[in-house]
Amino acid sequence: MSKYYVNKFLYSIDRDPEWVARYKEDPAATIDRWEKEVGIWLNSAEKTSWLSFTEDERRALINSDYEWLFAYGAHFFLYLTLFIGVFSDDWTEEKGPLSYQLEWARRLAPWIGKPYPSVAL
Amino acid sequence: MAELTAVLASTHHPFYLKATTAPPEERMPQADEWKRKVEAYRETLTAAEPDILVMVGADHFHQFFLDNYPTFMIGKQEKYDATFYNEEREFGIPKYVLDGDLVLSNFMHQGLLDEGFDFSFSHELKIDHSIICPIITVRPDADLPVVPIYTNIFAPPLPSPKRFWDLGRIIRKIIDAYPSDKKIAAIGTGHLSLELGGPRMFGEHGPDPEFDAQAIEWLSTGNIEAILENVTHESMASSGNATHGFMDLILMMGIAGPENADYVDQLDLYHTREMFMTWYPNKNDKMAEAAARSAAEAGGVTGPVYAAKAGATA
Repeated sequence: MSKYYVNKFLYSIDRDPEWVARYKEDPAATIDRWEKEVGIWLNSAEKTSWLSFTEDERRALINSDYEWLFAYGAHFFLYLTLFIGVFSDDWTEEKGPLSYQLEWARRLAPWIGKPYPSVAL
Repeated sequence: MAELTAVLASTHHPFYLKATTAPPEERMPQADEWKRKVEAYRETLTAAEPDILVMVGADHFHQFFLDNYPTFMIGKQEKYDATFYNEEREFGIPKYVLDGDLVLSNFMHQGLLDEGFDFSFSHELKIDHSIICPIITVRPDADLPVVPIYTNIFAPPLPSPKRFWDLGRIIRKIIDAYPSDKKIAAIGTGHLSLELGGPRMFGEHGPDPEFDAQAIEWLSTGNIEAILENVTHESMASSGNATHGFMDLILMMGIAGPENADYVDQLDLYHTREMFMTWYPNKNDKMAEAAARSAAEAGGVTGPVYAAKAGATA
């Protein structure tokens, strides 16, 4: 299990328009490709040999499952900006401004008043 | 010696530009009031006639990541590119190239090391919205050289609130000792209560209006004792999971010192409360008049704001 690796995925996808487009189009295939081309690399020559996703982590990223990521303690800023970038325009067109974000907040309402899972690694 | 002519501490709201330049039919109801308040706040900086801006912000995982995240960092460049692709995408913030001031960056860095703050540094720093938002609001011509200072309010474990205050005090000492006839303004942005990615985000108000009112009182009265007594990482988290940006406002108060603010304004928006605060460490008539004019224009005040009073008028 690697919360770091989940955050690395979110960080490196969100900062690159081509990866954002691929993730929107086909998340599962994009995760596989990302692992080979980005995830296991420290830089263009050096590998990080020991990082991988668990099945739960992979499933959460394929499904853009913010409820799971929140409970897991992935960094909120990373999946908030990426998922807004992927979903917000379509939701706005269909259901109005901020509809995606407000649905997200509503789904997480059971956490109100409880300590949130830490984003520390 | 250099003169510190103004210290500005404000929230940064990345949607300000989009909200106030949208076509009339798409504008949020508060857009005109928001713009009026920001433009009035801008005058409090203009009156200080700065030559250089020392700017405090925090990288939001734009350049820095968990493979190497600096706790405190200073930029040391002649130029700084600014605004990342995903900030353009989400917030509609344009790209900038800002001038740096390498001489002051070097002086500041050495001074910080000498005073016990072992800063990280970058010679290829690209600036994000934590510093570009105040450029857009208080210096939209982007015509002054900057010295950027980044803090970690974002990737735990975080430094303590006390450490932010101490850092502010040291930055003040270094600015005061800078052998130059330049006028310097320090501008830093952070947050009041704020929630991102959690159940209290994008609500009708910020997630903790009571904290916001209290925080504005503490800052505007220079009350560091109350802050250190009441504000912890845990208390900030209970006010909203991204409230830790408040520590950059504590840092700015550290630069100003334990003094009453000379200008305070605020605006209750959906999602978060905006705060606009200025101290004039060497106040002259022109600054006092500008603050009074701006307060009249925007509905702000030229001194401290107390929590009970703010609550009653909110």
